[in-house]
Amino acid sequence: MDTTTLIDNGILKQHLIDPEICIRCNTCEATCPVGAITHDDNNYVVRADVCNGCMACISPCPTGSIDNWRTMPVARAYTIEEQLTWEALPPELAPDVLAAEGAAPSAMDTALASSAPAAPVEPGTQAFRSAQYGATVPPWSAAHPYTNLFPPKSPTTATVVGNFNCTEAGFESETHHVVLDFGSMPFPVLEGQSIGIVPPGTDVLGKAHHARQYSIASPRNGERPGYNNLALTVKRVTTDHDGNAVRGVASNYVCDLKVGDKVQVVGPFGSSFLMPNHPRSHIVMICTGTGSAPMRAMTEWRRRLRSSGKFEGGKLLLFFGARTQQELPYFGPLQSLPKDFIDINLAFSRTAGQPRRYVQDLMRERAADLAALLRDGNTHFYVCGLKSMEEGVVMALRDIARDSGLEWEQVGAVLQREGRLHLETY
Amino acid sequence: MSTINYSEKIPNNVNLGEDRTLQRALEGWQPNFINWWDDVGPEGSTNHEVYLRTAVSVDPQGWAQFGHVKMRDYRWGIFLNPGDANREIHFGDHKGEKAWQDVPGEHRANLRRIIVTQGDTEPASVEQQRHLGLTAPSMYDLRNLFQINVEEGRHLWAMVYLLHKHFGRDGREEAEALLQRTSGDVDNPRILGAFNEKTPDWLAFFMFTYFTDRDGKFQLSALAESAFDPLARTTKFMLTEEAHHMFVGESGVSRVLARTAQVMNELKTDDPAKVRAAGAIDLGTVQRYLNFHYSVTIDLFGADQSSNAAIFYSSGLKGRYEESKRTDDHILKGQTYKVLEVKDGQLLEKDVPMLNALNEVLRDDFIKDSMAGVGRWNKVLEKAGIPTRLSVPHKAFNRQIGALAGIKMSPDGRVVNEVEWAAKRDEWLPSAEDFAFVASLMGRVVEPGKFAGWIAPPVMGINRQPIDFEYVRFN
Repeated sequence: MDTTTLIDNGILKQHLIDPEICIRCNTCEATCPVGAITHDDNNYVVRADVCNGCMACISPCPTGSIDNWRTMPVARAYTIEEQLTWEALPPELAPDVLAAEGAAPSAMDTALASSAPAAPVEPGTQAFRSAQYGATVPPWSAAHPYTNLFPPKSPTTATVVGNFNCTEAGFESETHHVVLDFGSMPFPVLEGQSIGIVPPGTDVLGKAHHARQYSIASPRNGERPGYNNLALTVKRVTTDHDGNAVRGVASNYVCDLKVGDKVQVVGPFGSSFLMPNHPRSHIVMICTGTGSAPMRAMTEWRRRLRSSGKFEGGKLLLFFGARTQQELPYFGPLQSLPKDFIDINLAFSRTAGQPRRYVQDLMRERAADLAALLRDGNTHFYVCGLKSMEEGVVMALRDIARDSGLEWEQVGAVLQREGRLHLETY
Repeated sequence: MSTINYSEKIPNNVNLGEDRTLQRALEGWQPNFINWWDDVGPEGSTNHEVYLRTAVSVDPQGWAQFGHVKMRDYRWGIFLNPGDANREIHFGDHKGEKAWQDVPGEHRANLRRIIVTQGDTEPASVEQQRHLGLTAPSMYDLRNLFQINVEEGRHLWAMVYLLHKHFGRDGREEAEALLQRTSGDVDNPRILGAFNEKTPDWLAFFMFTYFTDRDGKFQLSALAESAFDPLARTTKFMLTEEAHHMFVGESGVSRVLARTAQVMNELKTDDPAKVRAAGAIDLGTVQRYLNFHYSVTIDLFGADQSSNAAIFYSSGLKGRYEESKRTDDHILKGQTYKVLEVKDGQLLEKDVPMLNALNEVLRDDFIKDSMAGVGRWNKVLEKAGIPTRLSVPHKAFNRQIGALAGIKMSPDGRVVNEVEWAAKRDEWLPSAEDFAFVASLMGRVVEPGKFAGWIAPPVMGINRQPIDFEYVRFN
């Protein structure tokens, strides 16, 4: 990992310390794993060319002075000599100054995504517990997440700034892309984390509704880069697990939100389903339904970083299952991603006149590529979607490993131990 | 006898669960520690759930875990910073040799003394602060006080671990004695003078955490250089927690100044009586408190010439602050350093062997660091348009230890006679009236988001929580 992880389109998210709040206790310098922080008798400062944004210094700081960031053209990053003389932080550069440097913030675009129901599991021939291979630790190069800034007892408020159906209109299944803005409230997130939404009102017993958890579908710097907002991919629930008609309390509330509405939010949650940051890491994403939300977040972050040229070696592979193409959210944006950036494999299980295909079928078809990736210590697997897909997917990985002469028990254990196989199903 | 679930109750990275000898030693000590906490720990706080930061491992994710915890259930852990198997001693006569994992016989007594002296300060400050919870100016401040208390408790554990692990029976006895001495007890006081002083009010507490915990920073930094690797790694981790203590002091005084400046501007006055009448602490009182705590704290560094300091350094037990960043030979033989003395009523500088002046070197590093923070306090006044500036008194002012002990000296560095000292004492150091006035402001404010009238709210909450967050739950 290096400082280029902070650079997007020639723009550096420069890490700075507020000299007015800092008490010069030296904790950050002692904590920084890459030696990016130094000091003189006056100030503690961060070397822009060394800091990799790992955030290790953030929580140990007793004052909060360390968590300051400025958007800067790389060429104009503040030097440590400059920072050592500061008595206060400089203001953020004006947007027109940034634009003049050829660095207008990119518009919200892109996308990956998901659809609805899950693929049934291919029946296994022997008892197989996929869950035991799921990692509880993040990849070694993952950024440090904040969790539980707003626990269930003290939610924060977000404003809805966008809500649209991202599946084809007119179909029974409907999935919404909802954008929430946190204004000036701190709500830093990473790809793979989730938040909780607290529906208003009470349940039949008169108790306040509990929060429902949704994966974040946007990258760490916001659905709109540089804004304190994030996106969710929420499917309107109209039937229960047995197929009986039921209106999901939270999903209908979220899908019906209007721009300007206020929402109670808790979180962020999740500290292991996090993407690797190092530039040669490969990411294999396997999802169904709204399980694609974290995959969209990771893909979009990689896309934004790609222009730095540092992720050329890291492959992105997506296996994505839906019932039909019409139910696949963000289908259009997904198609427009360059083929040399992401390798997309779509499985539709209910396309008329076509055999049912599930994500694990596609994985077996791509066995040769996946076997090579299984042998590569830089590969990370992420599985997200309905519970029923998990076993089939992990079993497919096991078979691919075996067929290529690898010992799965060994490979699976390593993947789990090194935080390289993540399962998040529901 | 209480048994401890080592993996759950005492987060540690010293393999405690498998060290039977150490377990037995701690099983004897731990109930006495809890008794000590109940007897002289924070008063009247048994049922409070406090939003505490707990260390469960030494990595950045693990050492700052926040949650509401009853202080008695705090997980006082034992942590050493990650070790380096190839670490070399980088100063003194053993320079270049491999760092020690065990105590060398010839340094045993000195190391034990260093560890006991450091360890003795940790419970002492809890004892000094035990009544402050009853007069907290806000729930936010109350939480900070309690955070400091539990971390001082953990630092005691850190030192007790070293005594138990490396010093056998002597170590166990010394560890017991740490719980038997009591701050201010005439029969069995704490080892160092400053730790027997009272911390009667919150201004004193902020000054204490600014100055005296900064002494801790410099002592721990010097020990973090030690050739005795377990001591170096333990103190290094303690430094991360010490930072919060200094933050409480520095921001506490800043907030007092901010509030005083606000009152002065509202009333358009610099008359101390009017400021006091408005319920704020006048700047003269703040300066006198500063004079007192600064001078008492710089005494903590010991005599300006000390053969012990020379022995500690040359034998590799205790280095200098930021030893590895210094560019000299790290042996210091034949070098000199200037110390102060008074001769014929005149203050003079004289050269003494550097090795014997290492207490003074550390004191001067501390002074530089302290003054920088006082400069930041002055910025608060400057921003508010108040012309008054705070300053640290002369190094020889009000000293009780070393060559300057007993010299009567004004804060600006003039040697004065007894008569002038007696006449001016109350201008230079807090008077009984000052203490009474500050004490009169100390009413308890514990409604979330509310602050006593003599102090401004902080810039931001702890762990990004809002300022009106329920930092302490009273059950």
